[in-house]
Amino acid sequence: MNQIISFLTRYKFFLLFLLLEIIALSFTIQSHSFHRSKFINSSNSIIGFVYENLDIIGNYKNLTKYNLELAEENIKLKKLLTQKNDVLKTKKTNTIDSILHYQKFTYIDAIVKNNVYTKSNNILTINKGKKDSIIRDLGVINSKGIIGIVANSSKNYATVMSILNENSKINARLKKNLHFGTLTWNAKDYKTIQFEDLPRQANIKIGDTIITDGKSTIFPEGILVGIIKDFKLANNNYKIINIELFNDMSAIKHINIVTNLYKTEIQDLENNYE
Amino acid sequence: MNNLILINSIRFIFLVLLQVLLLNNIYFLGYLNPMLYIIFVFLYPLKKEKSLFLILCFFLGLTIDFFSNSGGINAAAIVLIAYIRQPLLHLIQNKTEFDYLLFNIKNLPFIQVIIYIFSMTFIHHLIIFSLEFYKTQGVLNILGKVIITTILSAVLISFCVQLFVKNKRA
Repeated sequence: MNQIISFLTRYKFFLLFLLLEIIALSFTIQSHSFHRSKFINSSNSIIGFVYENLDIIGNYKNLTKYNLELAEENIKLKKLLTQKNDVLKTKKTNTIDSILHYQKFTYIDAIVKNNVYTKSNNILTINKGKKDSIIRDLGVINSKGIIGIVANSSKNYATVMSILNENSKINARLKKNLHFGTLTWNAKDYKTIQFEDLPRQANIKIGDTIITDGKSTIFPEGILVGIIKDFKLANNNYKIINIELFNDMSAIKHINIVTNLYKTEIQDLENNYE
Repeated sequence: MNNLILINSIRFIFLVLLQVLLLNNIYFLGYLNPMLYIIFVFLYPLKKEKSLFLILCFFLGLTIDFFSNSGGINAAAIVLIAYIRQPLLHLIQNKTEFDYLLFNIKNLPFIQVIIYIFSMTFIHHLIIFSLEFYKTQGVLNILGKVIITTILSAVLISFCVQLFVKNKRA
């Protein structure tokens, strides 16, 4: 017994060091599977508060760019609106407010409070949370294309697993035909992501547009992703397809969170077969 | 003694805010963010009782991890350099006995300070980048990032040490 105590006192500094390292490494391992990283993430309310109120630099960086993007989107929407008015005027039919009955998706706007894009598992923090019915596994987009999927949410904040994340796997397809594959990221360049599992008969060319598929219940169909930058063939199959993103992931601010109103219905139906 | 606690708590909070609000947003040349918060390890006084220092460093790293969603990567790295700080100083100074009270980083010869700061920063960054990118990127790629970021951080740390450490030459 004495020996044990003397051993402990003698090596207590080393043992403390060992203990702290083990705790730190277990947090690291846990964070690599994003659904389990509940403890250490920036959806925590103190951290959200700091980013919300003290982030002077981050708020002013790229402000001009965000304003331009918003203006562009406004013009796009205004054009759509005028087109719609024209149609309604010329047809003069009894309009039924079909939006109320057939609306499949709702959108909630939010602002990115913290953006990281140089790591291998990039996570964004946004300023909406459970209070605004933001829950895990909702899609996140902006005017230029997809951004990621909500990973965790607290009362006022949420974290988003960006498409620039090794764990991210998002369904997408070619715009010109219906062949689909999976979007992944190899952690090399924040402007390009990879497209996998595309069948050979898809017959792609450089410059083809990739959009979301709408097969999963997370994203609506037709959200822009990017264009094919280059690809390699091996054994008569597509080996690497690089996609250049429409979004500049280093400068995103205003985003929308997409909720599929039929999500539970679709999932219940599909789970019946499992 | 009370003064020491106050200074170190203020320093702790200031370094966390500086790191997460300013330095993590720099992206120099597209991807380089200097990590200045480890200056805490260099500024903390050397003492016989080292457990508190190790625990403080652990929480500093963990706070940075909370803000940057990186699990426990920063905590693991800073605890390691906090642990090897004293043995490394022994090695650099080539001494076995140590005067804890009189030690001041400014009293070291210039070349020893540089070796001390650069080697500590290098070890810290090596741990961070290998834990972050071990899955996807090759050894050379990681090493390149480590070296460039180390130069950036170490130069910044050296400047801050020069500026903020008082001369205590008795």
